Parts: sequence; C-alpha cells; structure tokens
Amino acid sequence: MKIKWTSYPYILWMVIFIVVPLALILLFSLTTGEEQGIANLKFTLDNFKRFLDPKYIDILWISVSLALKSTAITLLLGYPIAMIISREIPRKRNVMILLLVIPMWMNFLLRTYAWLTLLGKNGFINYIVTKLGFQPLNLIYNDNAVLLGMVYNFLPFMILPIYSVLTKIDKGLIEAAEDLGANKIEVFLKVIFPLSIPGIITGITMVFMPAMSTFVISRLLGGGQYLLIGNLIEQQFLWVGDWHFGSAISIIMMVFILLTMAITAKFDTDKEGGGSLW
Amino acid sequence: MKKNLKVLVIMSLVLIIGIISTGCGDKRPVINVYNWGDYIDPSVIKDFQEEFNVKVNYNTFTTNEDMYVSIKKGGTSYDVAFPSDYMIERMIHEDMLEKINKDNVPNLNNIEDRFLDLEFDPHNDYSVPYMWGTVGIIYNKTMVDDVVDSWDILWNEKYDGQILMLDSQRDSMAIALKKLGYSMNSRDEKELEKAKEELIKQKPLVYAYVGDEVKDLMVGEEAAIAVVWSGDAVAMIRNNSDLEYVIPKEGTNLWFDNMVIPKNAKNKEMAEKFINFMQRPEIAAKNTDYVGYSTANYKAKELLPKDITNSKVAYPIDKEIENTEIFKDPKDIIKLYDDIWLEIKAQR
Repeated sequence: MKIKWTSYPYILWMVIFIVVPLALILLFSLTTGEEQGIANLKFTLDNFKRFLDPKYIDILWISVSLALKSTAITLLLGYPIAMIISREIPRKRNVMILLLVIPMWMNFLLRTYAWLTLLGKNGFINYIVTKLGFQPLNLIYNDNAVLLGMVYNFLPFMILPIYSVLTKIDKGLIEAAEDLGANKIEVFLKVIFPLSIPGIITGITMVFMPAMSTFVISRLLGGGQYLLIGNLIEQQFLWVGDWHFGSAISIIMMVFILLTMAITAKFDTDKEGGGSLW
Repeated sequence: MKKNLKVLVIMSLVLIIGIISTGCGDKRPVINVYNWGDYIDPSVIKDFQEEFNVKVNYNTFTTNEDMYVSIKKGGTSYDVAFPSDYMIERMIHEDMLEKINKDNVPNLNNIEDRFLDLEFDPHNDYSVPYMWGTVGIIYNKTMVDDVVDSWDILWNEKYDGQILMLDSQRDSMAIALKKLGYSMNSRDEKELEKAKEELIKQKPLVYAYVGDEVKDLMVGEEAAIAVVWSGDAVAMIRNNSDLEYVIPKEGTNLWFDNMVIPKNAKNKEMAEKFINFMQRPEIAAKNTDYVGYSTANYKAKELLPKDITNSKVAYPIDKEIENTEIFKDPKDIIKLYDDIWLEIKAQR
C-alpha cells in the first residue's frame, strides 16, 4: 500500500501516542522485574493468573454490571431525547444541542463535585425533602450515586451520535412507509429504528468505554467504598507501584471492552452503516 | 500546491519539536518542590522566588505512597519533597535520598531537640523536620452524646452512616490494631488478619472513606465522627466550634513530615537553600499559621499567637502523647498490607 507523505505526521503521532504505549502495557503485563531497564524484565504469566483470584473477579463483575446498567439507562433516556431534538426545526435544534453540550465545557471533575453538594445529607435535594416534611434520603456514597454520576456525565455521548444519525434519515423513506399504510409505531420499528442502529452502536461504545474505566466517579460519589476496575488500575500504578499487575488489569479491561464492541458490532453487519460516526 | 503543503508539514514538525525542546523563555534557575496538598502558605513560595531569583515549580501529592511511586518511577526529578517518617525510612533504605549538607542548613538549630535524631533518620543526615502531629477522632458535640475517648466509638452502631474514615491504608490499619491492643507496627500475620476483620466489620457503618474532603464534610455537619490528622482538626474547629478533637486512650500515631532531597535532584544547592529558608523562624511561623499543623521549629512557635500555641489539639501536652507510636516501614510485608487493604475496599 502506498502511503501519502502528507499522512506521515499522523502516522508518527499514532505510533508515539497509541502504538508505543499499548506495546509497553502489553510488555509490562507479561513480565516482572524493575521497569527501568528492559534487560531486567522476565517473562511471566503470573500477573494474569493473579487476577483469577475471586476478589479481583468480583471487582471486574461489579464494574461490568455498573457499566452495562449505565449504558442501558443512557440509551433509554438518550434515544427519546435524540428523537425529540431531531424533529425540531433546525434553528431550535441547534439551540437544544448547544444546551446539551454547554455543561461539557465545564471540567468533568467540577461537574462531579457539584453532585456532592446536591446529594449530601445537608445538600440541596435533602433540604427540599426535609422542608416538605419527609425524612432525609440517603443519596450519596452508594451504588446508585455512582450510577447517577455515570449516566449524568456520559449521556451526551449517547445522544449526539443517535441524533446525528436520526437527522440524516431520508424523510422520503418515512413518507413512503406512511403512504404504504404503516402507522406511527410501524414506521418507527421498521424504518427509523433500523436506520438508527449505527448511531446506537456508536453511542453504546462511547458510553460503555468510559463507564467501564472510570475511577473518579466511583471515588467521589462512592465515597471510596467502591473499588471498580479503574480504581484498581489507578491503585496499582499510583499507590502500590506494581506496574506489571496494573498493566495486566488494563489489558483484561481492554479485552472486555473489545468483546462488547464485537458483540454490538454484530448487530450492524448486515446493515450498510451509512450514518455511523466511525 | 503540493510543494507548499510539504513545506508546511515540515515547518509545523520543526515548530513542535522546537517548542518541546526549548521550553519557555524564563532564564531563572528552576527548583522542583513536591509537597502535600494545602501544606504551605503560597506567599512563602513567592518570597523565596524573589529573594533567590529562582522559579519554584510546586507540585502536590495526596499520600506518601503516591509520592513514593512518582519519585521512584515518574519521569520528573524533584529537588525537595516532604515525606513522612516511615516513608523516609524506606527511601533511605532504598538509597533514594541525597545526604543534606548541614553547613548549608544552619536553621536546623531552630528545631526542637525532640524532633531530631529520630529512629527513621538517626542523625538527620537525610531529612529536616517540617511539621508533626497526631491522628485522632474529631466529633460533633451536638450529634454525639457518648463520651468519646476510645477508638471503639468508630464501631458503635448508633452512628451508622455517620462515621468518616481516612482513605489511607496505614492509618486505617493502625486504628484497628490499636483498638485490638496491638502495636500499629505489628508484623504478626494473625494480628493483621484480626485487624482486617475489624475493618470489614466496621465497613457497613462507614459513611465514606475520604481524603481532604473530610474538612468540608465535618464542617458542613454531613457526618458526626471522623478520623483526622491533628492539623486538619485545628482548621476544622476554627470553622465550626461544635467540633472537638480527641486522642483516644488506646494510643495513637505520632507522625513527622520532614523535608528531603531525592537522589535525582537537579539543583541540590538551591534545595538546601529552600529547606533552610523554610525553617527561618518568621517563614516557619507563617506556614504554621496558614496550614494549622504543628511546627517543629521552636523559634517559630514563639512568634505564633498564644491561642494557637496553647491549643491542645496542635500542641498536646506530653502526657497525652506518651502513649503514641511512630510508624515504621513494613518493608518486606508491604504486599500483605496492600492485599489486606484491597480486600477491605473490595468488600461489599
């Protein structure tokens, strides 16, 4: 294959920032010894064997199920929102997308911190709840708070790809279906939904990946009581200093993400995939 | 057109490399300082920069382990760092620290004798004391009606969901070990196992395991009881007078944060100047007043207002701290500590 010279900077970029780091992680995950010199490294599979311990499998399971839950919720919330926005006139539509994106201009950490003051025992929500005469609710430092944090932070990543696919659907197809006697539900199930699958798949991948690897949300909203796979990796690299085990966990996580991508992509094989973001 | 593009690509590459390799135009020498978060009066850095005509690159860390890993494996070299006792012991043991030339740090004379020549650095060849303190319980008098004098209160089911623990493996383990009547430097596997069980038993009662957020949470009355370092307690009581700090009767941890020069330091001379500067009485007093922790510098202590130096939280009387232990580096059993902590955190 002949590569155009104008693409050299991008190839260079990809090698330095994608290929080399991935190769290093793979190398560390398969070795043991001091990281400073390649000569000190010894090949081993122990890092992966160590992960088979039930306590690590549990953490992986919790992370996968939380990520799946948050992906499902963002899809259930995001699809109707994307649908509503895509049906507005372009001027209104742009304003709505802008409103959706504006919170993302703010730092992710700051937005998550804001939830602390909203959900806290003496926070804003509980203030209203107690004013209305109810007992204060336990809103923070549990699974649901972590889930809420994920859904809140990743929702735009679900809406935007679905929205972009929906707006590109040829209106003629819908009209044709209606002309041929399909009712609204049939139009949705047989025309709109199948055509929007590429957007849904992109959305799922874009939500599932960060949800699987997050460690900030679980620490802030989970109160340090919830160890997700991202926290485990963070811990190995920053506190324990065992880069080999940390790399092995990263590889395992990447495999899981790839698996889900492969499964979701299966639904897309017989389609033409015209509107996908990828 | 094609030729123009080629020129453009090459130029932009040259530009990128140029930016990476030269840095900014600041000609002043640079010193990299690595300290705990919220642990210095920012104006002190400014004063130092002006007096010695250097640029201070100031970075912060949240735990000793965090600092250790980035000095050991990270690409940056630091000129001054602020580890605690047991971490200094480990760093000396692993030959990670530079010896300090005491002739360049005359202000070492301002340090109280009892903070010098401690076990982790017997002749202070490697470290100069900065702050010290204890670990204790802070509680809200309006929310707790039991007598708080023991670690047991942290296992009291009455305060379910109102207890905050430190997100730190060494401190949490120390509390459980002390509660059981063992040494916090225990190397006995059975004792450590029992301590682990205690912490797992306690977990359902714990509201959250926190770091610096503990200050906001306690001042904002989000929780009733928390484990804190003494200096943070001073700052919290300043902001909420319902809070009270107690050193439990089973004994606690006495800790010291010292200034050290890591082996890969690029500007050792300036690092010694910085350390000496930090222990000038008026500078040390400024820092102490700002951060709320207890200074090891007796000349600085004389300059501080009476309400600080009379505070039993920051400057406990000898009787209160006779029952304390200083952390030792777990050395070879560090892995056991890591595993235990992971198991506690993974428990649901």
